Amino acid sequence: MSGNGLTYSEHGGEAAPELAQEAAPAVTPSAPAAFGLFSSDTKKNEDLKQMLESSKDSAKLDAMKRIVGMIAKGKNASELFPAVVKNVASKNIEIKKLVYVYLMRYAEEQQDLALLSISTFQRALKDPNQLIRASALRVLSSIRVPIIVPIMMLAIKEASSDLSPYVRKNAAHAIQKLYSLDPEQKEMLIEVIEKLLKDRSTLVAGSVVMAFEEVCPDRIDLIHKNYRKLCNLLVDVEEWGQVVIIHMLTRYARTQFVSPWKVDEVVDEYNENNFYESDEEQKEKDQKMKTTYAMDPDHRLLLRNTKPLLQSRNAAVVMAVAQLYWHLAPKSEAGIVSKSLVRLLRSNREVQYIVLQNIATMSIQRKGMFEPYLKSFYVRSTDPTMIKTLKLEILTNLANEANISTLLREFQTYVKSQDKQFAAATIQAIGRCATNITEVTDTCLNGLVCLLSNRDEIVVAESVVVIKKLLQTQPAHHGEIIKHMAKLLDNITVPVARASILWLIGEYCERVPKIAPDVLRKTAKSFTNEDDLVKLQILNLGAKLYLTNSKQTKLLTQYVLNLGKYDQSYDIRDRTRFIRQLIVPNEKSGALSKYAKKIFLAQKPAPLLESPFKDRDHFQLGTLSHTLNSQATGYLELSDWPEVAPDPSVRNVEMAELAKEWTGILGKPKKEKPTEKFYSESEEEEDESASTSSSGSGSDSESEKEDKEEGSTDESSGSSSPSEESTDSESDSKESAAKKTCRAVNESDSEVIKKKAEGISKKRSTSSSSDTEYTSSDESSTGSKSESDSKSDSESGKSRNATSNKKEEKPVQDRKNPKTQDMFLLDLDDFCPVTPVAVPRAAVLSPSLAADLEGLSLSSSSVIDVTTQACVPTKTHELLHRMSGKGLAAHYHFSRQPGIFGDRMVPVQVTVTNTTDQKIENIHIGEKKLPPGMRMHEFNPIECLEPGGSLTATMGIDFCDSTQTASFQLCTKDDQFNVNIQPPVGELLLPVTMSEKDFKKEQGMLTGMNETSATIAVAPQNSARLIITERVVKAANLGVVPSGQDNIHRFAAKTVHSGSLMLVTVELKESSTAQLIINTEKTVIGSVLLRELKPVLSQG
Amino acid sequence: MIHSLFLINASGDIFLEKHWKSVVSRSVCDYFFEAQERASEAENVPPVIPTPHHYLLSVYRHKIFFVAVIQSEVPPLFVIEFLHRVVDTFQDYFGSTNVGDQLPTGQLSVVPWRRTGVKYTNNEAYFDVIEEIDAIIDKSGSTITAEIQGVIDAYVKLTGMPDLTLSFMNPRLLDDVSFHPCVRFKRWESERILSFIPPDGNFRLLSYHVSAQNLVAIPVYVKHNISFRDSSSLGRFEITMGPKQTMGKTVEGVMVTSQMPKSVLNMTLTPSQGTHVFDPVTKLLSWDVGKINPQKLPSLKGSVSLQAGTSKPDENPTINLQFKIQQLAISGLKVNRLDMYGEKYKPFKGIKYMTKAGKFQVRT
Repeated sequence: MSGNGLTYSEHGGEAAPELAQEAAPAVTPSAPAAFGLFSSDTKKNEDLKQMLESSKDSAKLDAMKRIVGMIAKGKNASELFPAVVKNVASKNIEIKKLVYVYLMRYAEEQQDLALLSISTFQRALKDPNQLIRASALRVLSSIRVPIIVPIMMLAIKEASSDLSPYVRKNAAHAIQKLYSLDPEQKEMLIEVIEKLLKDRSTLVAGSVVMAFEEVCPDRIDLIHKNYRKLCNLLVDVEEWGQVVIIHMLTRYARTQFVSPWKVDEVVDEYNENNFYESDEEQKEKDQKMKTTYAMDPDHRLLLRNTKPLLQSRNAAVVMAVAQLYWHLAPKSEAGIVSKSLVRLLRSNREVQYIVLQNIATMSIQRKGMFEPYLKSFYVRSTDPTMIKTLKLEILTNLANEANISTLLREFQTYVKSQDKQFAAATIQAIGRCATNITEVTDTCLNGLVCLLSNRDEIVVAESVVVIKKLLQTQPAHHGEIIKHMAKLLDNITVPVARASILWLIGEYCERVPKIAPDVLRKTAKSFTNEDDLVKLQILNLGAKLYLTNSKQTKLLTQYVLNLGKYDQSYDIRDRTRFIRQLIVPNEKSGALSKYAKKIFLAQKPAPLLESPFKDRDHFQLGTLSHTLNSQATGYLELSDWPEVAPDPSVRNVEMAELAKEWTGILGKPKKEKPTEKFYSESEEEEDESASTSSSGSGSDSESEKEDKEEGSTDESSGSSSPSEESTDSESDSKESAAKKTCRAVNESDSEVIKKKAEGISKKRSTSSSSDTEYTSSDESSTGSKSESDSKSDSESGKSRNATSNKKEEKPVQDRKNPKTQDMFLLDLDDFCPVTPVAVPRAAVLSPSLAADLEGLSLSSSSVIDVTTQACVPTKTHELLHRMSGKGLAAHYHFSRQPGIFGDRMVPVQVTVTNTTDQKIENIHIGEKKLPPGMRMHEFNPIECLEPGGSLTATMGIDFCDSTQTASFQLCTKDDQFNVNIQPPVGELLLPVTMSEKDFKKEQGMLTGMNETSATIAVAPQNSARLIITERVVKAANLGVVPSGQDNIHRFAAKTVHSGSLMLVTVELKESSTAQLIINTEKTVIGSVLLRELKPVLSQG
Repeated sequence: MIHSLFLINASGDIFLEKHWKSVVSRSVCDYFFEAQERASEAENVPPVIPTPHHYLLSVYRHKIFFVAVIQSEVPPLFVIEFLHRVVDTFQDYFGSTNVGDQLPTGQLSVVPWRRTGVKYTNNEAYFDVIEEIDAIIDKSGSTITAEIQGVIDAYVKLTGMPDLTLSFMNPRLLDDVSFHPCVRFKRWESERILSFIPPDGNFRLLSYHVSAQNLVAIPVYVKHNISFRDSSSLGRFEITMGPKQTMGKTVEGVMVTSQMPKSVLNMTLTPSQGTHVFDPVTKLLSWDVGKINPQKLPSLKGSVSLQAGTSKPDENPTINLQFKIQQLAISGLKVNRLDMYGEKYKPFKGIKYMTKAGKFQVRT
C-alpha cells in the first residue's frame, strides 16, 4: 500500500540510489571465485567503515549509497551495522533516509544494536515536520524487533490522532506491519482502525481500509457507520486506495443488501431464449418487474459513486469497478462496464491477460455484455500465445447464430496460424461452436474433415479428437467420415488421435462392417509398438467387434488379448483380464457376460464441450484466486445475498452530514438516539427512504460544533497549549445549547419557531415563492416513494431535496441537543474534499436563522456569526444576449442576500428584458444540466412580459463550493435558450464576523497546507483602510474582522455549501506591497480566491 | 500486498532486490525461471505464477522482468499496474536526467500531483495529440476491424499554479476516455472541457478510444502477391503500397515487417525505394520504406527460396505496418483552445497532431 503521490515519491527516493548504485559499479564480476569476491568485499567494507566515521557528510553519503547499493544487489552488508547505526541521528536528511533504508533491512538480524536507534525515532515522532514524523513511524514499524512492540503500539496510537493526515495515513500502514509482527495486538489495533475509519481525510481512507482488510476483515460492523462516507470520498481517494475500498465495499454490500437479481431472473430466462431482444423491450420488461423491488438507497449510492471511476487511468481501479458492478448491480446495468474493460485491452500484455480472463468468465454468463465488442477480440499474429488463447475463448463464448459465419471465417485464418498450439486451440473452439449452435454443426464438421488432410500433425490430431466428440453428439449418417478417418490411421502418429479413431470405429463398428475388422488386423500387428492409450483402445475395439462380429474377429481378438496379457503396463494387463472375463464365456464368468454387449455398446452420453472458464465464476472477479482458479491464501469469500436485508438504519446514524449527502443534496439526517423526540410524529411516519435521507436533524451548526470540539481535543493532545478561549467558548455554546433544548423539547414550541422562521424568511426574501414551494414539494416526496429507484434517481432525489429544504427551516431544534456534543461528528464534503487536517469549524448558523434567533432572544453565543453583507457588487453578467434570445435579454448578478433558499444556495438575481414588440409569455427554467451534486432553485415562471418591460426574479444555486458552471435552459412559451452561470469564487462565500482573537485562533489552526499566500502590489491610493475594505469586500463576499493593527486587514467568510472557514489577511508592507494570506481548509477555492484578489488592490 | 520485488535481466540474473516486510530468499525466483523455461518466449511467461508459499506476479518491460512476491490474496491488476508505474518512474528518472546526487524529495503539496514553487523563465505548454490505428486488413484489402487509440501527451513547464482549460471543436468524438487524476471529471461531464492544474513536466493528460464500431479511415493500402508453389522450391513475393485516406498529408516513416514461415530459406528482393533486410535465422523480413510518394508507389519484388523437400507453407505471412502522418489526427479530433487561469504571464502554447500505425496488420 504505498501508492499515493506522497509515498510514491518517497519510494522513488529509496529506489533511486539503489539503481544509481547499480549504474556505477555494476560491472562487479559475479562469476569469479568466491574467495576473490569475499576478500575484495571485506576490504571494501573497511573503507566504507572509514567513510562512515568521517566528519564529512559527503563521504558518509557516498558510503551509505554504496551500502544501500549492496543491499539492493542482495549482498550481505550486515557487518556494517554498528558503523551505520551511529548515523541514524545525522542532521543530513539524505544520510538519514539511507540509514533508514539500511535499518529496515537489517534491524531484524541485529536486534540488540537496533535498539540503540529507537530513541532517535521516538524523538523524531515528535518532530514538528510531518514528513519526519511520518518517516520515523514508517521505519519504526518496519524494523521487525519484537521487543519494541509496545513502543510501536504507542507510536501508532499517537500518530492516529496526529494533526497531519499524512502521518495518520502512515499510522494506518504501520498497523498492518505491527499486526504481522505480533498478531496478539489485534484487539488494540482494531481500536485504532475503528478510530481511523472515522477519519475524513481522503489521504487516510484507502490506507485504513487496507489495514482493516488485513487485520479484521470480518468486522463489518465497523464499516456500517462509515459506509456512506467511504462511498462519497471514493472519487477523491488516491487510485490505490480506491481499489482496496471498492473491493471491501463489494463484500460489505453483499452482506447488507438484498439481491437486485431476483427481479432480473425472469428476464434472464427470457433472455436465454432470445438474446436479440431489443434493448427497449428489455427495459420495458425490467421496469415492470422492478415495481416489486426497490433498491436500498445505500446500495444505489455505491453503484452511482463508483461509476465515474470507470474513467480512471488505472487498470486496477477500472477492473475493481467492473467486478463491483458484476457482483452488485442489477443485471441490466452491469453492461456499462464492458466498454471500459475493452479499452483496457490496449494496455500491457499483463493487464490484457488479467482483463481477458475476467471477460472470459463474464462472457459465459452474459454474452450480451460483450457481443457488440466482438471484433475487439480478434486475434493478431503478434499477440503472445496466452493472449491469443484467451481471446479465442471469449470469441467462442460470444458465438451465436447471428455472428457464427463471421466468426468461422475468422477462425479459418487462425487455423492456418504458424503458432500451432494456437491453431489446435482454434480447432477445439470450432468444435465447441459446432455443438452449441446446431445450425452450423455440419459446416463445422466438414471444415474439420478438410483439416484432416492438413500437413501439420498437431492440427490433424486435434481435428480427429474434436470430430470424435462431434460425431458422438450426432451418431447417425456419418459413415463416410468414419471411413475417412480409418484411412488416416495409416499415417497419423499422435496417440490421442489414434486412440480417438479406434474408439470411433469400435463404437460405430456396425456402420463400417467391412473396415472395422481390417483396422483391428492392422493394429494387432502394431500393438506392441503403440502407446498405452492406443493399446487400451485396440482392446476396446477388439471386444466390441467380438461381440458384434465374432465370426470374423474371434481369433484376432484373442490374439490381441494375449498380447495384452503379457504387456508391461499393469493397466493394460488389468484391462485385458477384465475384457476377457466379460466377453469370452466360460464357467467362471457367470451372469455378467450375458450383458457384455449391453455393457460395451451402451448408448454413451456425448461429451460436453465446455469452456475452461465455466467453473471460475464462484470466485470473486478481479481476484488472484479467480486468475489462478484456486483459492489463494487469505481469499475472502463473497457471501450470498441475504434473504432479508439486515437493518439498514445501522448506516444512517451518526454521519449526519453523510447520510444526507448520499442523495447529493441537502437533507438533514437523523442523529442516533437523541433527536428522534424532536420530530413531529408525522415526520416519523414518513416513508423509509425519505426518512433515511432527510428526516435527520444534524444541522450544520451542530456538526460544526462537534468538529470544533474535536478540534480542540486535537489541539490539546497535539501538544500546543489549549487556549482558554476555546474552552470558554465551548462551555458557552454548551450552555446556550442546553438552554435551547429546554425550549425545544416541547414539540409545539419548535413548531412555533419553525413558523416564525418561515414567516420571517418569507418577509426577507424577495422571492415570494419559497414557502409555497416547500409545501408542494413536501407532497411530492411522499409520492415519490413508490417510484423511487426504478424510475430515476434524480427524480426521487429532487423530491427529497425538497423535503429537506423544508426541514432546513427549523434546524433550531438541532442546536439544542447537548448530548450530541460529545459525539465525534464528521462533516464531509464529497464534492471537493481537501485533505482536511482536523480543524475546528466555527459554529455558523444559517444567516436568516441567526437573525431570527436573535429576535427570539435565543442569540447564539458562538464565536462566529454570519453577517449580512451590505456591499453588493454592482457588476452584472450577461446570461442571454437579446440577439441570441430572439429579443429576450437576460442578465444576472449576485445579490448576496443570504439564506433565501436555504443556507447552501447562492442567490442569483436574474433580470429579463423584453426587447421585442410582442409579449413574451411563460418565461421559465427548462432542462437543467448541472454537474453532479449541484442544485438549483428555480424562480417562479414569469407569465407574461410586456414589450420593453423588464422583470427581476431571484433564483438559488448550490454550486457545491466549486466554480463549475451551472447550465440550464431559459424557456419561453415558444423557445428554449441554453444559458450558463459560472460563479466568481468570491460569491461562493458567506461573510462571517468574528473577533480578532478568534480569527487568530482559527488561523493558527489552518496553517501548512491550508495556507496560501502571495505578495501583491498595492497602488498607493488604495492603501487606506476604507478603500481596501471596500475593494476586497466588493470582490468577494467577505466579512470584515476588526483589526487592532493599522497595517493588517482581516476578512472572514465561510463557504456557502460546506461552511468551511475562509480567512483572508491583507498585511500592508513597505514600498507599496502587501502580503495576501488565505487560510482555509478548502485549498482549491482558497487558491482561486487568492488569484482573484491579487489584482484587486493593485489597480488604480 | 507486495512483499518483495526482484529485477531480473535478460540473462537471468537477479540484479536488484527490495523487501518491504521480512526478507524473502531470492531462491523463490527459481519457480519463475522454471516457468520462463517452459514458455518459449519471454512474452509467454505467465504474469501470475503460483508457488507453494508465494505467488509471483511479474511484468516484462525493457527486457527486464519485474517480479513481485505476494503472500496472500490481492487483486492481481493492483500489483501489475503498480509495477508498471514503478517502471514508468524508473524510465522517467533515468531516462531524462543524469543519475545525479540529488535524491528526489518527498513533498507535500496542496495539489498532490504538482510540487509547489515551480519557476521557469520560459513558460511553455505543449500538447501532442497522438492517435494510433489498430487494424486488421484481410486478404482482399477490406477492413476486418479498425480502432483508434488516442492520447494527449503534455509537456508543461509553467511557473506557479496555473489552471488550464483545454476545449475541443468536436468533443463528441471522445466517448470512451480515461484521465490523469488532475482532470476535473465533473467539468468534463457537464461541459466537455478539460479543466486541470497540470503536473510539472511530462504527463499523459488523457487517453481515448474510438472503437471498432465507428468508421475509421485507413490511410494506406497494401497490394500483395505472395505465392509458394508445391512443385518448386521457389516462391513469388511482391508487395506494393500506396496512400488511401490521408486527408492530403504525407505518409512517412513507413516500415514493413513480416514473419516468414519456417521453411523459407532466403529471399531475393529488390525494393523500389528504401532498404530491406531478411534475417534467415529468425525469418523476419523488414523493409524500411520511408516516405510514400503517390506518384511513384514503393514496391518490393523478388523470389523466395524454400527449403528443398518440405511442402509449401499453409499460411501466407502477415504483413505488419508502421507509419506516421504528421499534423493529422485521423479521428478528426481538433483542439479548440487552451486557456490559462491563475497566473499572469503569457505562456507559449503549442499543439501537435500525429497519426501512427498501432497494431496494423495486413493478412495475405
